Amino acid sequence: MLRAKEASCSEVAEAYLERIEAIDPTYGCFLAIDPESVMAQAAKAQSQIDRGEAGPLTGVPIAVKDNIATAGLETTCASKMLTGFVPPFDAFVVERLRGQGAVVLGKTNLDEFAMGASTENSAFKVTRNPWDPARSPGGSSGGSAAAVAARLAPAALGSDTGGSIRQPAALCGVVGFKPTYGRCSRYGLVAFGSSLDQIGPLARSVKDAALVAEAITGHDPQDGTSLDALPISAAEIEHGSLRGLKIGLVREMFGEALDPGVRESINAAVRVLETEGVRFERISIPSVSLGVSTYYIIAPAEASSNLARFDGVRYGMRAKGSGHIGLVERTRAEGFGHEVKSRIMIGSYALSAGYYDAYYLRAQRVRALMAREFEQAFQGLDAILSPACPVPAFKIGELNKDPLAIKQIDYCTIPANMAGLPGISLNCGFAENLPVGLQLLAAPMRDESLLQMAHSVERALPNATRAAPIP
Amino acid sequence: MSISLEEVRHVARLARLELDEAEILSLQGELNALLGHFADIRNVDVSGIEPRSHAVSKENVWAADVPRPSMTSQQVMRNAPASKAGLFVVPTIIED
Repeated sequence: MLRAKEASCSEVAEAYLERIEAIDPTYGCFLAIDPESVMAQAAKAQSQIDRGEAGPLTGVPIAVKDNIATAGLETTCASKMLTGFVPPFDAFVVERLRGQGAVVLGKTNLDEFAMGASTENSAFKVTRNPWDPARSPGGSSGGSAAAVAARLAPAALGSDTGGSIRQPAALCGVVGFKPTYGRCSRYGLVAFGSSLDQIGPLARSVKDAALVAEAITGHDPQDGTSLDALPISAAEIEHGSLRGLKIGLVREMFGEALDPGVRESINAAVRVLETEGVRFERISIPSVSLGVSTYYIIAPAEASSNLARFDGVRYGMRAKGSGHIGLVERTRAEGFGHEVKSRIMIGSYALSAGYYDAYYLRAQRVRALMAREFEQAFQGLDAILSPACPVPAFKIGELNKDPLAIKQIDYCTIPANMAGLPGISLNCGFAENLPVGLQLLAAPMRDESLLQMAHSVERALPNATRAAPIP
Repeated sequence: MSISLEEVRHVARLARLELDEAEILSLQGELNALLGHFADIRNVDVSGIEPRSHAVSKENVWAADVPRPSMTSQQVMRNAPASKAGLFVVPTIIED
């Protein structure tokens, strides 16, 4: 539409800004928006189009999760600790988006430092699910998922440490894609669990997600864990076929915890895909049942180290305390919310003398076991299919009050982070009018074929891209 | 294995978190509930499996030892909670 000059970039940007102003007070997706900068970026994009230099994302507004650095635009991680923090630089992914002419629309809400699964741990606001405002959009990239579902942005960036892109995408009925670990630079992503964190897109279709993924991936020397690989290519995405694909159904991902409505939607999707020529194989990956426990040792351990940098000295808030140590302890007491403190405590405990072997080292061995079991499974399979989340969107205040219950719903998404696999969630149906997300996982570096399969699945399922029921 | 209040205080000191008594109590309960549940990783046989710290195995990555453009001190100091003459201001650490 933009390249065909049916609308100008400024008209599109303005339309989104107006829609955000009208609707976002209800859903609470955005934390920061700078309309002036949005319009300036749109004008610049338009001149690119006028010069005939447009790419697929030129002039396309994109929302960015607020744990990804944006030069000149406040980046808070939804934490009091970073209130007022304006990064002097762009994250690699943001720089790449700008380079493609995309318009950074604003910063979206999240669980504080991406720790949570409901976006309720934000220090600033509650985000509501566009399918039912009494319900959570999931998390931690809940602001990004809700913004895309409410059509406040055509696409958004999220980050995924244990499912934080795929789970909110599932609960909001949109597509969420986590690339293979290392395909997307983490430079400028505020670190949570560095060995697990990966940035990725949320969008309303697999194709849109693939176009954003193409723009933000590729090698970056600024991130030591960035893989020396080409950007993910979106070129072949429409040329896949379901016929003859061999897809695994992992018994441990279809356990008792699965909501009956979610189970029915996933089973219905499996039947549709079978008629399209997919061969399903029921398999067992025993370590999956240890995923949540392993994750909640490893991720907090890494977080406790990563968050040590927030000390009230170089950036962020500073509280009054006596002496240097007092100042640091008081700043962290006032700056962090309860869930962040709890995870710092778990991580510090698991890493402390006397417990390191029993918890952290052991969790790393289970992680290795899990990676090995997935590697073996993928030797005979093109992909693994599961629910992205065992329950549909839950009521705000319902699940998050129980710290163990909210953590247990991550069990289908966590293995991809443990083993570095690419994973995608797309809508496959509805349970009591709430979207159900279907997850596909593939072997590391098989991002392109995963996107191709997801695109074929999306075309085969009748309601995959149905829009949320809001005007 | 149960975590005592004293251990909670000790870990909080390691983590440089000032906690009040109510938080210490609530975190003791939470840590015991969570770590008690996560203890199921102790029942799996992982003998002979090397621990894995990362999703992909990469050797050390070295950056070329050449200067590159970096942020100016002005840019860096803009976010400092307290600064003076291009330096971070902190409470006195070493007394006279």
